[in-house]
Amino acid sequence: MKFSEQWLRSWVNPDASTEELVSKITMAGLEVDEYEAVAPEFSGVVVGEIVACEQHPDADKLRVTKVSNGTEEFQVVCGAPNARVGIKIPFAMVGAVLPGNFKIKKAKLRGVESFGMLCGDDEIGLADERADGIMELPADAPVGADIREYLQLDDTIIDVDLTPNRGDCLSIAGLAREVSANFLSDVTVPEIEDVVADIDDTFEVKLIATEACPRFVGRVLRDVNINAPTPIWMVERLRRSGIRSIDPVVDVTAYVMLELGQPMHGYDLDRLEGSIQVRMAEQGEKLLMLNGTEQELNSNTLIIADEKKPLGIAGVMGGEYSGVNEGATSIFLEAAFFDKIGIAGKARQYGLHTDASHRFERGVDSELQNKAIERATRLILDICGGKAGPVVEVACEETLPKARTVTLKRQKVTDLLGVDLPADHIAPLLTCLGLELTATGEDQWSVSVPSWRFDISIEEDLVEEVGRIYGYNNLPDTVPMAELRLQTIDESHVRMSELRRVLVARGYREAINFSFIDPTLHKQFDPEIEAEPLANPISSEMSVMRTSLLPGLVTAMRHNLNRQQNRVRLFETGQIFIRKEGGLTQDLWIGGAVCGSRNPESWHDNDEPVDFFDLKGDLAALFKRVGNEAEYSFIAAQRPALHPGQCAEILRDGKVVGVIGRLHPSVAKAMSVDIPVYLFEMSADVLMAGDVTAFNELSKFPEVRRDMALVLDQTTAAADVESVIRAKAGEWLRDIRLFDVYSGKGVEDGKKSLALGVTWRHPERTLNDEEVNALFADITSALETELGGTLRQ
Amino acid sequence: MENLQALTDAALAAVAAAGNAASLDQVRVQYLGKKGEISLLMQGLRHLSKEEKPKAGAKINEAKQVVQAAMNERRAFMEQEALNAQLTAESIDVTLPGRGEAVGSIHPVTRTMERISEYFQTIGFTEEAGPEIEDDFHNFEALNIPDHHPARAMHDTFYMQDGSVLRTHTSPVQVRTMKRFVAENRKPPIAIVCPGKVYRCDSDMTHSPMFHQVEGLYVAEKASFADLKSLLSDFLRVFFERDDLEVRFRPSYFPFTEPSAEVDIEWGRNADGSIKWLEVLGCGMVHPDVFRHAGLDPEKYCGFAFGMGVERFAMLRYGVKDLRQFFENDLRFLEQFK
Repeated sequence: MKFSEQWLRSWVNPDASTEELVSKITMAGLEVDEYEAVAPEFSGVVVGEIVACEQHPDADKLRVTKVSNGTEEFQVVCGAPNARVGIKIPFAMVGAVLPGNFKIKKAKLRGVESFGMLCGDDEIGLADERADGIMELPADAPVGADIREYLQLDDTIIDVDLTPNRGDCLSIAGLAREVSANFLSDVTVPEIEDVVADIDDTFEVKLIATEACPRFVGRVLRDVNINAPTPIWMVERLRRSGIRSIDPVVDVTAYVMLELGQPMHGYDLDRLEGSIQVRMAEQGEKLLMLNGTEQELNSNTLIIADEKKPLGIAGVMGGEYSGVNEGATSIFLEAAFFDKIGIAGKARQYGLHTDASHRFERGVDSELQNKAIERATRLILDICGGKAGPVVEVACEETLPKARTVTLKRQKVTDLLGVDLPADHIAPLLTCLGLELTATGEDQWSVSVPSWRFDISIEEDLVEEVGRIYGYNNLPDTVPMAELRLQTIDESHVRMSELRRVLVARGYREAINFSFIDPTLHKQFDPEIEAEPLANPISSEMSVMRTSLLPGLVTAMRHNLNRQQNRVRLFETGQIFIRKEGGLTQDLWIGGAVCGSRNPESWHDNDEPVDFFDLKGDLAALFKRVGNEAEYSFIAAQRPALHPGQCAEILRDGKVVGVIGRLHPSVAKAMSVDIPVYLFEMSADVLMAGDVTAFNELSKFPEVRRDMALVLDQTTAAADVESVIRAKAGEWLRDIRLFDVYSGKGVEDGKKSLALGVTWRHPERTLNDEEVNALFADITSALETELGGTLRQ
Repeated sequence: MENLQALTDAALAAVAAAGNAASLDQVRVQYLGKKGEISLLMQGLRHLSKEEKPKAGAKINEAKQVVQAAMNERRAFMEQEALNAQLTAESIDVTLPGRGEAVGSIHPVTRTMERISEYFQTIGFTEEAGPEIEDDFHNFEALNIPDHHPARAMHDTFYMQDGSVLRTHTSPVQVRTMKRFVAENRKPPIAIVCPGKVYRCDSDMTHSPMFHQVEGLYVAEKASFADLKSLLSDFLRVFFERDDLEVRFRPSYFPFTEPSAEVDIEWGRNADGSIKWLEVLGCGMVHPDVFRHAGLDPEKYCGFAFGMGVERFAMLRYGVKDLRQFFENDLRFLEQFK
């Protein structure tokens, strides 16, 4: 909420500078976003009156005026089209200094002397944009008065960002209460006297939806001149709160809302038919809006209607028929109390955020309506003349908020704030906020809460008020004490932070991508899985939840390839979202993407590109870090976005837990990636789950190794060879190492040669040749019968 | 005998002239071998008298030793020469870059989350995680934000089609953890931190639709706002490694804490020397309704909670100006972190 500091100070005027005021209320929880002077520095500008105005002899667009400052008349040449005799304007006299240190001097314009300048509102810093012509001041502006004094420009606009619980501070009255409590200065409430009815006219109000509207106060005003000008002080106060002057009735209702916090409305009595009805809308009922469109209403919406038509959405916005016609003289004023739960969400539902809905959603003082209507009546009669009818109040006692009392114990203050405040210190902190304390025992009170503090309902709320007014920063800092108790730490679990560092050590940089992606991209990677869509995405490119880390990683890779980086290694950890039979799963996964040369460009390496096995080696490093590489296997597989000949599922104990492969060339092409990219992703939960090391006693006996060169069909998987060997190698097997893969000269077409070393060791003795030879013979014969492999001679 | 001196001289000259191990060996054979010229002199001794024999023998031996010594010295010299030649040949340009230096980097957001979390872990907090697609109960209801609450509008929530939400804060993990304690029949103290992704339907220079928070929760039979103040002030000072960092607590409002505060830190000075404050944290004492929703008795337990935006901490710590850079994954950005 924006407001004029002077206006606030007319209610409560602590002995404090603007900075001190702003800082204090910020520290009381009313955070000031910014504050700025109403007008920049300028001087020498007075209220002038144009007493003569003639055409410039040599310039079509210029006029030669005579301007009075009350004591003297000056000839001033002026280009404004609205310059005319009789109007009052800001007159910068010779010697004036306008904003930006612009000095006004005697000048000659097209041969005619000019003594001073007639100002537009932008020229004295009251508007950002050039208005059409010079600023016209009210007819009653005192000629010769300094414009800064007349418009009270030595003022500050303070913008306070109120939290949703403090709807009571959305008014000068509410802010004044807070300032008063924080500075312990008294509030001078402007006197609001009841306006005695001059006439008997009333208009019937039927309160139908009493839950949502427990109180409605109305009043008929007759013979009102709505063409009367709103006084400049009111226009200025409204402007400093960001509200534009419309007509005196609208202005007064806005003014009272700013002053007291009660949103109001003025209806054109001649447009109302029958009676006012406060009721829920019928489903689909139409409200004609001010802009001529029709708003279809939902039955959850409280409306103000007459007997024929809806007039407006209660507490949010009036429609076409709620407005006051030009020339109207009879007004029906409304000040209602709408329950905040009834109003909540309606502004959002209809996309109509207004000052009124902002206040009603946060809560309005249920005891304020009569006071507001008296205040508005007085102001309208003062400005527009007219006669007032009696105040008509319709209320439902059952649904009106009840007066609340909350119990406060001193012990609670001590426990929650951590400071032992004496009782006679606590009480004044609360009474200064308008809370009334009645002692109900030692160190215990019954606190009655004023109607405007609808945010206070439990003891903790009172403790907060005590802390707030005492000052959070005056509370002590005490080091929290806790029992020293050890936590279990699962040693078999390897933390993600450690696994990240394995990849970092292998040259990977960590990426973080958005969890929502483009559905088109999703379809390229995971066409068989329906991605969960967002109901309200920011854009279509971020509208479905990822089911894989790979689209994001490839996108990030492309971003870098497009920026002259041609060796990229990225990894990411994050949740992926897949709907399965049992519901939505959101599991933590880890993925990586590599492309470019195996090593960074250097003087000693040839520029070999990475391939599938580099990535597989990185995965193996992760498995070794966790210590359970043996539980993993890879099996050739197919994925829509991966190369059909270079893709494998990652299995742990036979269960698919991830995938590795090369980005399919056609996906790469569609994504404008023109070098081979290798990818993996797998369940991070699976990866992190390892075992506690089970130590094997060291053997004192030597190892025995046998090497073989095995010729096989090109299509035979190395993993199958290994499992055949493992099955036959017996319990003393230590290691199987594949040390060469060859095809070409010397090996038949369609075949390949694998060179393998098999190592055995017995824990308690030296193995003899016969034993090893027998095992080796078993292996070679199994390889021949099961895989058609022959030993190369 | 008379030519012993001449032979010795000749042998020494030959040793000196030997250019390699082979020629040195030839010299040895020629003079000191079984049939070497000096060795043969021994045979001439038999013509000498008994008295002269030992004297002459001693002389010959002496000559042999002189030659042998010269040969040893010459051999050592040649080995040294050979080693020197090898070392020279094997010299490298030590200023050439090393091999395999490529190392990656941890994302600054992750690093910052890890740092934040570690500080709390040192005093007994444990890490907890929760789902990013949350139900309305855990994200809002249980945190005292009912459907009509204006605070909902502040959250710019992303909705899924079934009405669940992308969590707007990490606070639902508070509720989940407390509920789990109750379900497992465990009793407070509860001391947890919950780092993770959160989402708000807002995107501009200073807002990212996805960002990270770390939530903290402490529940015990005794816990006060003064404890919270001390803990968070300490945390901010250790995080920024500045003992003199000014910290202030400003009353604020969160539906799930009462009292609530925002925490500002000193971040530079104004022209007049006054402190420029920057908001970095939200916190407060857990609202009794939140305890009730989680199944804990608010008469028995109290606690505090706090939450902070990780990107903001990373930006302040490392001097990153543009929030959006965190999610572009540009290598030129990532490689500056470790």
